[in-house]
Amino acid sequence: MIILGIETATQQVGVALGGQEGVLASVHVARGRRHAEVLTPAIDFACRQARVELAEVSAVAVDVGPGLFTGLRVGVAAAKATAQALRVPMIALSSLDLLAFRVRYTDRLIVPIIDARKGEVYSAFYRQVPGGAQRLGPYRLGGPAELAAELAARSEWCLAVGDGALRYADLLSSERRVTLGTAGTAYPSAASLVELAQPRALREEFVQPSEIEVLYLRRADAEINWERRHQVVPGPAGGGEVGVSGSDRR
Amino acid sequence: MVEAAAPRAVLGIETSCDETAAAVVVGGRQVLSSVVSSQVDLHARFGGVVPELAGRAHVELLSPVVAEALVEAGMDVRPPPRRGSTVRLPPVGEDPSRNLAAVAATVGPGLIGSLLVGVSTAKSLALVWDVPFVAVNHLEAHLYAASLEDPDLRFPTVVLLVSGGHTMLVVMEGHGRYRLLGQTLDDAAGEAFDKVARFLGLGYPGGPAIDRVAMEGDPEAIDFPRALMEGGWDFSFSGLKTAVITYVRAHPEVSTADVAASFQQAVVDVLVEKARRAAKQERAEALCLAGGVAANSLLRERFLEACQADGLRPFVPSRAMCTDNAAMVAAAGWWRLQLEGPSPLDTGADPAMGLCLAG
Repeated sequence: MIILGIETATQQVGVALGGQEGVLASVHVARGRRHAEVLTPAIDFACRQARVELAEVSAVAVDVGPGLFTGLRVGVAAAKATAQALRVPMIALSSLDLLAFRVRYTDRLIVPIIDARKGEVYSAFYRQVPGGAQRLGPYRLGGPAELAAELAARSEWCLAVGDGALRYADLLSSERRVTLGTAGTAYPSAASLVELAQPRALREEFVQPSEIEVLYLRRADAEINWERRHQVVPGPAGGGEVGVSGSDRR
Repeated sequence: MVEAAAPRAVLGIETSCDETAAAVVVGGRQVLSSVVSSQVDLHARFGGVVPELAGRAHVELLSPVVAEALVEAGMDVRPPPRRGSTVRLPPVGEDPSRNLAAVAATVGPGLIGSLLVGVSTAKSLALVWDVPFVAVNHLEAHLYAASLEDPDLRFPTVVLLVSGGHTMLVVMEGHGRYRLLGQTLDDAAGEAFDKVARFLGLGYPGGPAIDRVAMEGDPEAIDFPRALMEGGWDFSFSGLKTAVITYVRAHPEVSTADVAASFQQAVVDVLVEKARRAAKQERAEALCLAGGVAANSLLRERFLEACQADGLRPFVPSRAMCTDNAAMVAAAGWWRLQLEGPSPLDTGADPAMGLCLAG
């Protein structure tokens, strides 16, 4: 079984092919923010060099976020179209899951943090379990200062990774028990995506392309402003914490 | 030359603004399917298209819209065969010319977050199906809308392209060869309709709302200004919009229907008069109407009258073909493919793309 993984949640574009023997190929381009331009040639390149025909792909895995909205739309649209054209099912994973999975060999609390712009970050807490990393709470959107304060209050050793952790390094590392990941682990990896997708594929935990939803965690500004003007009580997505069910089991 | 048996069907994808659309067109002329999913209800409460919401909706809607367009066209597009297989691609049906020759998508101009969904989808489909991807200019697609329903399009043709984002007079000298005579210096005609409708409290989208209300009004009631009527080929509608607002504030008792009718009359007067003069100057045989505002009843009526009076062959697309759709994208994609071949797979979106003009 060969899985094609597509990952575009940050400024990096990633494509990987995975099989039972592990990651067969991965291509990552972090510079330029040209998701739409890079993605299709990257898929073509990965397939050619790994000697994989697209028709051999039996599932398409995609990072559904949270992350950059435009990047996510490019990756999710491409992944859905690829699965649709190949007539194969899909596997959806979160960018934060991918970040945590990559650095799971630690007893520390793992805190992947992705820059959400506008002075906010996406984050979640994980802990190593046999075979992976388990998420302890919901995917969250909030200010980096609040997150730093929360980590300090937990008084346990933490590993913070991701482009958000690097951007707010000063805030986070003022607490001595928080260690920051390096630039090498700052972006979700498409290789992690296909690794994580493999056991799910074996358990046939698939979704159809029509069921794939981008994990935005933040509504459009126009909606927030409209509701403010019309004094509608904000819905759950307006707050700092958002619970997401179904798409995160492993 | 293309052999008769060669694949000639193009899957077109359009996501430049707030319509999610897919269509299959054979040889740039024969429409096998055209599916349009409008997001108008999604944006109505905001009084205009919200780019972020449009982008989100395209991601959700596009794959079912593409599936529907393929099914409606009777196309059974399968992935390429595994190595060693002798099955040919694209899949051969009873009529091989109906097989897929390319996937075309609008790459600009439009909303970047919306365009990218269509471009990414189209390139992925093209890669899997192993057919060319063709990048299409949204404006060029509108120029092809009329010829889809009337295959006798002859060049040179003067096209009046009026939509929510554009107002231009273009001379179409041949496939892919255009000359821009003039365009709006400020608001597009459709934009003026939206803004005036919003001011009059007629709702969104403004075009159909004004069209409807104007039926009850007197188009001669108020003499609104006709900007740049004498000066060259450019248009200006921002002053007209201001004149309407100023007039209504000064005359709060005025009938909304009269304001709508008089405003519409002023817009149509300018559009039709300039198009007529352009056709005369260019010695065009035909005059072609395109873009979303071409769905306006008065503009269609006056456009046809002008063509009849001047002995011009009128090309007026059906209302469905005037507004954004993917059949026109598939048609423009077919002609682009004939002229220039496939577009590279590292093509992105170009939100500010202009019409490719003849030197």
